[in-house]
Amino acid sequence: MRSSRIIFYALLLTLAVVALWADSASAQGPTPTDDEVNRIAKQLYCPVCESTPLDVCPTEACRQWRDLIRTMLVEGKSEDEIKQYFVAQYGARVLDEPPNRLVTYLVPGVAILLGAFMLLRGFQMWIKPSITEAGPSDMKPGSKPDQDPYIAKLEEELKKQK
Amino acid sequence: MTETSIPAPRRGVPLWAQIIIWVFLAGLLVIVALGLKRAQEGTVQPGQVIEDFTLPLYSGYEFDGKSEVHLKDLRGKVVVINFWASWCKPCEQEAAELQQAWTEYEPTGEVIFLGIDYVDTEPEARLYLKKFGVTYANGPDLATRISQYFRIKGVPETYFVDQEGVLQYVQVGPFTSIEQIRAQIDPLLE
Repeated sequence: MRSSRIIFYALLLTLAVVALWADSASAQGPTPTDDEVNRIAKQLYCPVCESTPLDVCPTEACRQWRDLIRTMLVEGKSEDEIKQYFVAQYGARVLDEPPNRLVTYLVPGVAILLGAFMLLRGFQMWIKPSITEAGPSDMKPGSKPDQDPYIAKLEEELKKQK
Repeated sequence: MTETSIPAPRRGVPLWAQIIIWVFLAGLLVIVALGLKRAQEGTVQPGQVIEDFTLPLYSGYEFDGKSEVHLKDLRGKVVVINFWASWCKPCEQEAAELQQAWTEYEPTGEVIFLGIDYVDTEPEARLYLKKFGVTYANGPDLATRISQYFRIKGVPETYFVDQEGVLQYVQVGPFTSIEQIRAQIDPLLE
């Protein structure tokens, strides 16, 4: 009777230990692979090593950052959470893309529109100088160029000279 | 031959559009010029009043029991601001000297040392601080705001700010002896 009680408590203790271990293991998650770490690392740039993505950067600082990403993945942090942490710690310049701000897209957009407008006006002046100089406003819609009063006048003057 | 008056055609970009375009181009040029000027300026120069900044502190490395320190609260004291990182090998050369200097000046209450951890990870930073027995206030340069203000070119760099908040000396690179540190602090205390 006594030995069966001991066995019962031993089983209970074993179950409790296993349950605790399983709980902590599931909370931490599996160890992420290098590919999983690099998938996030390649979207980040260390300010110390400019123009080198974190996944291929060979410096000690970058190695520490990759370790930190791995640790955060183990802790169950999502990709966005990890990137947000890095921005908060090291600034927005660590991102491979600029933050989604209005001014980021507004300035190039305005510049492109202004450039397109200038090009359009330039082409308009380039293509139609002869027509505008002849006074296109005086031309009736649908009239042929040879019916233009200015051209007729010019031809008349030429005939007189002959 | 009779003269024919031909109305001058209306040509070119309207005035309002020209103004907008020129203002926009001038703005772009100003931005580029400011960027180039800033890139060539180097670090902040001695004689300049250092603007206030807030440094959050690592737990265990607080200042006066507070978890962050504001530079403006340190007016009246000499402030030694050291930029470092755990991945920086030259920083290790001066870590012991800085700590020794802090041990010497701490009892006077007239000198404050601030360690600013640049682009680092906290676990490694803590290992570094422990390895070199650093006890003065230390914290991370969040979003690299402070280092951008000082326009540091690398680590280590150390800035000596006098009691009025004016920068007096910049040490680029590591100190090689404690005498070098004393040589900057002692004249400020006289």
